[in-house]
Amino acid sequence: MALLEVSNLRTSFFTDAGEVKAVDGVSFELDRGRVLGIVGESGSGKSVTAYSIMQILAPTGKIVGGSVKLNGQELVGAGENVLRTVRGNRVSIIFQDPMTSLNPTYTIGHQLEEAIRLHTPRNRRQARERALELLVLVNVNEPAKRLKQYPYELSGGMRQRVMIAMALACEPDILIADEPTTALDVTIQAQILELMQDLQRKLGMAIIMITHDLGVVAQMCDEIIVMYAGSICERGTADEIFYNPHHEYTKGLMRSIPRDENNGERLKPISGTPIDLLNMPAGCPFAPRCDNAMKICLTQRAETMQLSPTHSACCWVNVRDAQNEGTKSPAEGGEARE
Amino acid sequence: MSEAKTLLEVKGLKQYFDVNLGFFRSKPLKAVDDVSFSIRKGETLGLVGESGCGKTTVGRSILHLYKPTAGQVIYDGKEINSKESLREFRKKATMVFQDPYSSLNPRMTVSDIVAEPLDVHNLCADKKQREERVLELMGYVGLNSEHASRYAHEFSGGQRQRIGIARALAVNPEFIVCDEPVSALDVSIQAQVINMFEDLQDKLGLTYLFIAHDLLVVRHISDRIAVMYLGKMVELADADEIYTHPLHPYSRSLLSAVPLPDPVKARANKRIVLNGDIPSPLNAPSGCPFRTRCPNATAKCAESMPPFEEVEKGHFVACHRVKEIG
Repeated sequence: MALLEVSNLRTSFFTDAGEVKAVDGVSFELDRGRVLGIVGESGSGKSVTAYSIMQILAPTGKIVGGSVKLNGQELVGAGENVLRTVRGNRVSIIFQDPMTSLNPTYTIGHQLEEAIRLHTPRNRRQARERALELLVLVNVNEPAKRLKQYPYELSGGMRQRVMIAMALACEPDILIADEPTTALDVTIQAQILELMQDLQRKLGMAIIMITHDLGVVAQMCDEIIVMYAGSICERGTADEIFYNPHHEYTKGLMRSIPRDENNGERLKPISGTPIDLLNMPAGCPFAPRCDNAMKICLTQRAETMQLSPTHSACCWVNVRDAQNEGTKSPAEGGEARE
Repeated sequence: MSEAKTLLEVKGLKQYFDVNLGFFRSKPLKAVDDVSFSIRKGETLGLVGESGCGKTTVGRSILHLYKPTAGQVIYDGKEINSKESLREFRKKATMVFQDPYSSLNPRMTVSDIVAEPLDVHNLCADKKQREERVLELMGYVGLNSEHASRYAHEFSGGQRQRIGIARALAVNPEFIVCDEPVSALDVSIQAQVINMFEDLQDKLGLTYLFIAHDLLVVRHISDRIAVMYLGKMVELADADEIYTHPLHPYSRSLLSAVPLPDPVKARANKRIVLNGDIPSPLNAPSGCPFRTRCPNATAKCAESMPPFEEVEKGHFVACHRVKEIG
């Protein structure tokens, strides 16, 4: 049994302008000790997927269907008391901006101890010892001094380390990292990513890494999910997604980023503008921007096609290629169309 | 490229800000400290560095949005030092800002935003000419006439950035400071805007100072790249040269820290992870600003700032130990 099973998850926000289907039928599993990357642009539903797992949605947001199972236990529809044992204990989350996620009026030590004492049966002294231990674990220099400092006294990278320490307080099975390094500089980002990889090996937890940075997922993740407009377009191992993309959107993304391969050449951007979630097209959400869209793309969504045991994509072009080429492996079908 | 003439020269630029420490005490924050470089006509000079290194301040000081504390800005052979020279300069040099949400006035229509520089500099004889020019500019950046009467909030981030670029082009500039013009945009839109910058450069013969922290984007668009650290310029060289053969220890670690969008290379990449954080510019270390994090620092590095020297043709570095180690 997978550690986390998300199936056909649908989350909507009910706004004055109408229902926004932020997550529309997302399914995936996550095994123990794996690093899963979720990539997508703003509005693709990657963060909302994570918040739905934790059920920490804004008041207008609601899970309207599907299920989230942690170790076989259903979380959708579960009571607050069940969720409280999950949040922070078994699944924890770190956010993009470490300044706004720490309370500026309390010391680092106070906030760490609070988290520890809420979740574990430790007294004040034990909690303080544990807090110190955690700061050592995340390589904060002068940890004893930091406990007495306020968030404003720490740099961005240091604050993110404190957030990670807090998230690890109860040794969760899953750590969700929502754009953990987006607000940080490149050299500090390298430090934090290194730390996360290191901790993942040491503690053996699973990580869900949410980011828009393809470089970060290439470096960190075993498996990658590419999201667009609330649904999954493609899913596979890092190598499959980067070297053998099958969904037109993934291919477009790979062509539009500057890399060694296209150095000196013109970039090939994806045309059009990001989708308006209030006016979703009937067919494939990417069809209006897709250069290879066919008639069927505009009216009907493609079913997910399994390309290998780990690789799947949801694109009519693949279906057509598979039909055209009959016995030929789908892996070659995707390349022939360039 | 090398025979092209110098369009803009910056000599010993310093930009200090007074920081109030309370009780009539203040201290200069050296945002940019003694930076010199030149930009050739028609090239793109990329300026990279981490937050707080002074790269945006360099761009703004060149355009005299801040009055430089010291140093010279020489444009086309003429120093910018008087009101008249500045007025002329502002017709030739403009800026595209980072945040397409806050840099457009929400109460103005797109055509008024784009035409504002035309009005300020009295570049249009009559209403008809103004309108034609606005439509021409919007055409350059891929917007059409029906967009002209709308307001900024009706557009997506990428489209707003296009409006900002159209405004920068209004005075028919030769030189544009692009301050992180694509970092607020989604990946799929970034490439559109980058291509547009390149097209406009070819079409209008523009020269860019391209400030960004995304090193892959900078490499793509730039002919030469300058690296800054804590208000100083530490390295300047051709884009490919600096990527394949960086000489300053900071540039090396900065480039190795970039997450490559390629799993095999990313796994093989040996990152040079620096210890610690960037010191505050208020308490910058003596001598070389990088010495506190530099793996090769010696006593000499604490004593004096290394000169910014040309160690190979067209490759400038500020490091005492570049000859022994590089």
